[in-house]
Parts: sequence; C-alpha cells; structure tokens
Amino acid sequence: MKTKLLSRVLGTAALSALVFAAPVLADEEAELVINGELEIVTKTAAPAHLSDSLDEILSGWRFRSDGTQAMQMDDFDNPGMLGAEVGLDQFETVMGSEGKACADCHNGPESLSTVRATYPKWNESAGEVRTIQMQINDCLTTQMGAEPEKYDSAAMLNFEAMLAVAARGTPINVAIDGPAQSTWEQGKEMYYTRFGQLELSCANCHEDNYGNMIRADHLSQGQINGFPTYRLKNTKLNGSHSRFKGCIRDTRAETFNAGSPEFVALELYVASRGNGLSVEGPSVRN
Amino acid sequence: MASGVKPRVKVPKSAAAGETITIKTLISHIMESGQRKDGDGNIIPRSIINRFTCDFNGQSVIDIKMEAAISTNPYFEFDALVPEAGEFKFTWYDDDGDIYEDAKAIAIA
Repeated sequence: MKTKLLSRVLGTAALSALVFAAPVLADEEAELVINGELEIVTKTAAPAHLSDSLDEILSGWRFRSDGTQAMQMDDFDNPGMLGAEVGLDQFETVMGSEGKACADCHNGPESLSTVRATYPKWNESAGEVRTIQMQINDCLTTQMGAEPEKYDSAAMLNFEAMLAVAARGTPINVAIDGPAQSTWEQGKEMYYTRFGQLELSCANCHEDNYGNMIRADHLSQGQINGFPTYRLKNTKLNGSHSRFKGCIRDTRAETFNAGSPEFVALELYVASRGNGLSVEGPSVRN
Repeated sequence: MASGVKPRVKVPKSAAAGETITIKTLISHIMESGQRKDGDGNIIPRSIINRFTCDFNGQSVIDIKMEAAISTNPYFEFDALVPEAGEFKFTWYDDDGDIYEDAKAIAIA
C-alpha cells in the first residue's frame, strides 16, 4: 500500500513538472484507502439501469485535487469526522418528553450499519419513500417526544455523518423497484428535465460532461455516496438536498426546498446511480 | 470554560532512535475572534486558545503563540526528532485561564 501511495505522489510530481502551467487537476486513477486500511470503491461498473448512458460510475473523490483527496485519506485530517463525533454524542443524549436517547433503543451505531447504504427507502407503514433525515425526525417526534430537527441542519447532518461512518466501505444499494419505483421514476424525470434560464438538466453536466471544466469547476458525476460532505468552501457538513438546491439555483431556476417531496425523489434516483460505490461519508470536497 | 473543547493528538506508537516523526494535533474550539457582533449589535467577547506547547521528556519541542485570526478547531502538524523513549506532552492555554492537556508515550522500536 505504501508503495502504491508513493508511486502516485511521484507520478503526479513528474506530471506537474512537465505541464507546470496547468491547473491542479485530480488524479482520476488514484485509489481511496482511508487510514491506510479501509479500501473504498470509487470506480466501478454502472448499475444495470444506467446501461444506456454510462459504462462506469466514479465517486466525486476522484475529481478533486490531490490535497483535498489526501484530507479524506486520514480521519485525523478529515474535518467531517468532528461532526460524526458530535453525532455520536447526540445519539447518547436523552432528548424529549419520553426521557429516551437514541441509544436506548438502538444498540450503538453499529446496529444501524445498513442504513446509510439503503436509504432513501420505502416505509410500508407510512406509505412513502423516506430519507434518513425523515426517519430520524419520525423517531424524534413519535418515539422520543422531542422537537423535530430542521432538514439539513447541523444536528441532522451530525447524525447522518455518524451513520455514514458506521456504514463506511459498504456498497450503496438502494431499492428502485417495488413500491419505491414510482418515486424513483419521478426522480429520474427530474434528473433529465432542464431547469432555469440556463436550461440545464442534471444530466447535461453530470452525465454528458463529467470530467470537463465548467469555468473553474471540475465536473463530477454528481454522485452522492460521499454525503454528508464537508466542503472547504463553507467549512461545514453539507446535505445532499442543500447541494441539489445549489445546483438548481445555479441554473437560475426557482429551486425546491430541502426535504421537499421533489428532492426526496431526486435523492432516491441519484443515490441509485451510485449503486455499487462505497459509502464514504463524511467526505471532503471543495 | 468554552464548551465542546476536546484535544486530539496523533503520534506514532514507536520510532527508531534518532528518527524524525510527524505529529498531528487538533483541538475543537470555537476560537471567537472578538471582532464579530451578535444580532443586537453587541460585540461577542473574544474567546480563543492563545498558546500551544509540546514538550518531550521536559524539553520544549514547539511553543506557539496564537492570535485572533486563527480559525475554528486549530490544527498543527509538525516534525519532532525522537532521541529516546519517552512521552510527548501537549498543552493548550485558553483565554479564560483553562488549560487543556494530552500526552502520548512513544517507544523505541
């Protein structure tokens, strides 16, 4: 492993010596290994439902600069891990009128290690597709008698980061058939619908042009396997719905709100495009 | 005491005598600069960690004075030469007089 890392560094150094005026671009062949032991799948064959449009799927980690990539390779250097730690404290804190903490019902985050990879997921009794955050709020209000947390709030994202760490390395595997299918199709339609004055769909950038530059930004495939994501631009954990909102805003459209049914459907669809990539949250991106 | 303060340190468990090792430290702290105002226009009082030191067996390795422009959760990474087995002692000094400490032992391999 050490040798591989070293050769990567040397390779990049040689390259930058040749084209020293070029911008610092990602090494798209790099492999992500966290803490020198946990191997993360950042490139794999596309799931069957994408066979017409993509051959392989790539985590956003591959599109980031060497420095940003390195921050995610060591938990000590990953500022998102601070959020996961706070999430664990919240998990053990008694909240609400029932006098219960999450930890009173759930036997540690390890018992929830399948959550991050399988949500958004159909909930039979509620008759809807639920994201992790909707499920957490359901627990907070009906089981614990506590106030719900705001969608994509810091407390929510800390919970999500903790669950992502518990599931880290397992392949994303959201169900798109059965009762979730109609929501998935709604999300798919959104993905290919052009929004805003710029008339851009998600696919225009993240399917047709990933790997290219859009002004100063290096376009990724828009995968959400790394969420919640610590972004260097705002130095905090970010949720996928907030990211969707930012993207749609950038097309100069009226956007949807975090937690809206539209974004729940889109999250299910975008998550399914990453079926096979590892859960890698909390990830570090620019 | 400022809330949510937690020191973290990463030091290799062992090293060869005379080897140079890399030490990483991070302390979660709000590092309020004293320049900001709250919703009512009142200045939020300064609350930062103003000094960080690392000692090895009583000998100073690094001594850092921090100022108000340093951002949240100050992170320091530095190299240290390890002549013998011993203990690294880390100390952070808060504006309000609090002192946060951590220590890591290192063996000679």
